[in-house]
Formats: sequence, structure tokens, C-alpha cells
Amino acid sequence: MPPAPSLRLTRLRLRDFRSWAALTARFGAGIVVVTGENGAGKTNLLEAISLLGPGRGLRGARAAELARQGDGEGPLPWAAAGRFEGPWGGFDIGTGTPEGGPLARRAFRLDGLPLRGQADLAERVAAVWLTPQMDRLFQDAASDRRRFLDRLVWALEPHHAREVAAYDHAMAQRNRLLAGERREGARADPAWLAALEEAMARHGVAAAAARRGLVARLNAALARGITGAFPAARLELACAVSAALGAAPALAVEEGLRAEWAASRGRDAAAGATLAGPHRADLGFVHLPRELPAALCSTGEQKALLVAVVLAHAALIAEARGFAPLLLLDEVAAHLDAPRREALFAALAALPAQSFLTGTDAALFAPLRGVAEGFRAGGGQLVPDADLPVP
Amino acid sequence: MAQTDDPIEHLVGLLAKLPGLGRRSARRAVLRMLMRPGETMLPLAEALRRAAEAVRPCRVCGNLDAEDPCHVCRDPRRDRSLICVVEGVADLWALERAHAHRGLYHVLGGTLSALGGVGPEDLAVQPLLARVAEGGVEEVILALPATVDGATTAHYLTDRLRPLGVRVTRLAQGVPIGGALDVLDEGTLAAALQARRAV
Repeated sequence: MPPAPSLRLTRLRLRDFRSWAALTARFGAGIVVVTGENGAGKTNLLEAISLLGPGRGLRGARAAELARQGDGEGPLPWAAAGRFEGPWGGFDIGTGTPEGGPLARRAFRLDGLPLRGQADLAERVAAVWLTPQMDRLFQDAASDRRRFLDRLVWALEPHHAREVAAYDHAMAQRNRLLAGERREGARADPAWLAALEEAMARHGVAAAAARRGLVARLNAALARGITGAFPAARLELACAVSAALGAAPALAVEEGLRAEWAASRGRDAAAGATLAGPHRADLGFVHLPRELPAALCSTGEQKALLVAVVLAHAALIAEARGFAPLLLLDEVAAHLDAPRREALFAALAALPAQSFLTGTDAALFAPLRGVAEGFRAGGGQLVPDADLPVP
Repeated sequence: MAQTDDPIEHLVGLLAKLPGLGRRSARRAVLRMLMRPGETMLPLAEALRRAAEAVRPCRVCGNLDAEDPCHVCRDPRRDRSLICVVEGVADLWALERAHAHRGLYHVLGGTLSALGGVGPEDLAVQPLLARVAEGGVEEVILALPATVDGATTAHYLTDRLRPLGVRVTRLAQGVPIGGALDVLDEGTLAAALQARRAV
């Protein structure tokens, strides 16, 4: 497969965005490195870039949280604008507080013209990211890993979010009915429960199939060496429903689920929750070189696992959209040992995607001299790093 | 809102409570009416009084009409073997405007929602089952909203109607007439593709 054409961010302008009062930065390389002390605004910079695509960006923040606090004047209207070079030529994307509008709202502009929805944005800009917050994924509850997986699916299949929401809605209704049964002692209407279980089965199987499909595609990309010299990983979806889909057609799985839920109403009423279903799915990560599950991996190996998954996801997006997404890697290098770091740098250089890396220790990025362009962040400024000139 | 002795403000306040009207448009309507009270306000007041006194829910289908049973239920040209179930009167009126349904209706009065505290006993489910059990009905069309609650309600009704030996159908989901494909959401597009038919 020929490499997908890349999407390049060539200029970023910020106004009153988080810690940045004003910034204009020009980027000329396929790999951009931003170093600086803690609190220098490096992550804010990546967040601003992530907000030029659809969604709430890499912190999942609300629009009002993005405003810079003025000196004694409270939060200010903010703006972030990017100039991109894509497979179809150059274009400008702007986002921020709508003119004269409330801080809680966020407006979008494409080449200066207002964009009504984010769907048009998704066709032009895509970004994937890795942040230190994601390191907790291995210790967190299964629900966090499930949400992580659902976000990966959603980036490729936008209606996945609706299937998950519809499933959750129907399950909440079933739980409420069963809770009433327990509280009031009256039997809930079995036809009503059956109708809810039917909705759960339909949406739940659709969601499970989408998760299963994405995990298979990620694993295939990882198996064919998408990460280059960087250690690969394998994802394992722990979900009875997804597993059943491997052995039986979707309609049969739906029927089996309905029968299972119908038979377990008493148990679920006593538990106060639906105990089985695709909402119990968990995502496992295996570090491939050693066939080691993530829980047994070191912090650095866990980081490497996430990097591999993010690289594979970026490759899938490139296949689906026809252009490679931006890669935003926040504080990734510091957790990796020198061989892994160099493997990562080599993998990034081989990708058609433009990547942005941050770190506190500029020395770690020395191997990228001649490949990457460096900046130093501090004091509200972003200045070119003499050690990493534009290649 | 504070009680006011000012008849204009009182009227504006009452109108502004109506759906689709804010205070600004209510004030505009009141001002227009006050220009010619004899020609607009008094006939309106009379019409409101007459409607309030005469209009009742139809005891058969739940439609709102000055006659009971309503004009649809009394119409001898209507196909009595066909009942179309709708969530509310607004949907019934929409179907009537489309002139697409030649049978009778049944207004459910909502959709099932355990979280919203709406159960089968809060909806006109028993009256529907009774109508079908009386005989003469061959098909029940479920014209309910395409939401999770709407689909759940449709499934519930199907379950309750099936023992009565009646044919149950639901509205198709797909491409709107005059609509382009590229602006459709993925869910609708997938449903339309699934429900494709031979030409």
C-alpha cells in the first residue's frame, strides 16, 4: 500500500488559550519537538492542536475551561487557528469562543467561513494522542479501558457512540424497572422488560461487533509491523458477546443475549445491576516481544504498549480517511529507555504522519537532530531550539 | 412570575407560556391584536372559549375533536381494519396532513420510559388491546418515534398484540424524499441500506 499523504500543520495561532496569551508558531518539519519546564504550556499547545479536529480535544475539556484567566478580569474569549497543508491543498481551521458569544460555546471556521457542525471538520483534520493521563489505563477500572477502546472505534465509525449510548439508555431503564421490583415487591411487566432487553441486544451486539472489528484491525496492523523497530503489542478484547460473534451470526448472538437476560432478571434485580452484557467488556494489552500482559509490564513497557496502539490507530485512520492524522505525543520519550526511544523516533520518521512531541529534557531528543524541528517553551513564548534546527 | 393588574402584561404572560412563543413574539402578537380589538381579539376570545368547552379527547382513539367519537372514527369511508398507533395527537395530525393513512388511529399518549416514570398503565395500551380484541382489526401500524424509547414501546406493543392474532407493522426508516444521501447520518443510511428493496 502506498503511504497515505500526510496532513501538515504549518502554522498555529493562539489567543488567550489556557496559559498562552498570544502565540504564532510556524512548523516546517514532519516531527516537531517542544521542550520546556513543567507548566511551560507544552501540553496546552498539544491540546490546542487537538482542538482543531472534531471533539473535545486531548483533555476532553469543556469550552469554558479553555479560556485564559485575564489579570483580575476573569476568563477571556479564546481562539486557536491552524494553517494546514493537506492532500487537497492548504486550508485554515479556526476554533474558539464565538464572536460576542458565551464562553461555554465553541465555534468553528474553515477558511474564514463558519462551519455549522464538526462533521465537515472530521473530513479534513484528524489527530490521535497519547498523554501521561493515559498511563493510568492499566490500573483503572475496566470501564476506563472500554471508554478508551470506544473512542478509538468512534474515530473510525462515528455512529458507534450512538449504539453505545442507546445500549446504556435501555440498560438503565431495565435496571430501574428491576429496582422497582425489588423495592415494591411487585413484579415488573415482563413484556416491558423483554422490549428493553430486545433494544439492549440490538444496540449491544452492534457495539460489540464494532469493538471486535477494530481490535482485529489494530492487531492486523500491529502484526504486519506498522510500528517498525518499536516493540509491537496485541490487544485482547475480553467480552463474551464479542467472542460469541466469532462463532455465530449476529442475530443468533442477539437471541442468546435476550434469553440470558430474561433468565437472569431475578439475579440482576437482587444485584441492582445488569451483571452480564457488552457493558462488561474489558480490553487487555499484551507486550508482544515477551508475550507479557500489561499488568505484569514495567511502567516503560506499558508506555511502549500505548505508543504501539496509538501508532496502529493512526495507520488505520490514514487508511480510512486517505490522509495520515497528526500524532500528539505528550511526555512520551522520558518513560522509554534509549533503544526504545530511538525505535520510536525511527517509527515516527517512517510514518507519513506529522508528529508533535513534548518533554522536559531536551537532551533526550538529540538523536532527532537533522530530522525534527525543535522549540523551547517558557515564559509564554515559544522560541526555536538552536540544538534542533529545521532539517 | 409576579401577578400583574396590567391586562396587557397579563395577556403577554399567558401567551408567552405557549410553545413556540417567547415574550417578545407574544408582545408583538398582543400589540397587533390591540390595534383592532373588535376584529381580532373578541373573535379569538370567543373561539378559545368554544374550543375549550367543546374539544374533548375521542373516547375511541384519543384524538382531540369537538365530536366524540372524533371525525376520523366516525368517517364511514375509513378502513376500520387498519389502526395506526401514534405517540401523540401532533403525530396523528401530521399523518392526516399527509393523507397517507386511510384507516383509524390510536393515540398512545407517550412512550414507555422507566427513567421518566412512564409505564404501560400510564399509556393507552389497554384501550388499544381492547379495540383489537373486539375484532375486525387486521393490521396495527406502529408509527412511533425512531428513538430507543420509541423502539422499546413498539416492541412491547408487538409482544402484547401478537396473541390477538393481528398483523403488526412499523414505519420504514430511510432516505427522506428529496434528500441527498451525503447529508444523512450513518445510522439512517445503514437502516435504509438494510431495508432496500427490488425495483
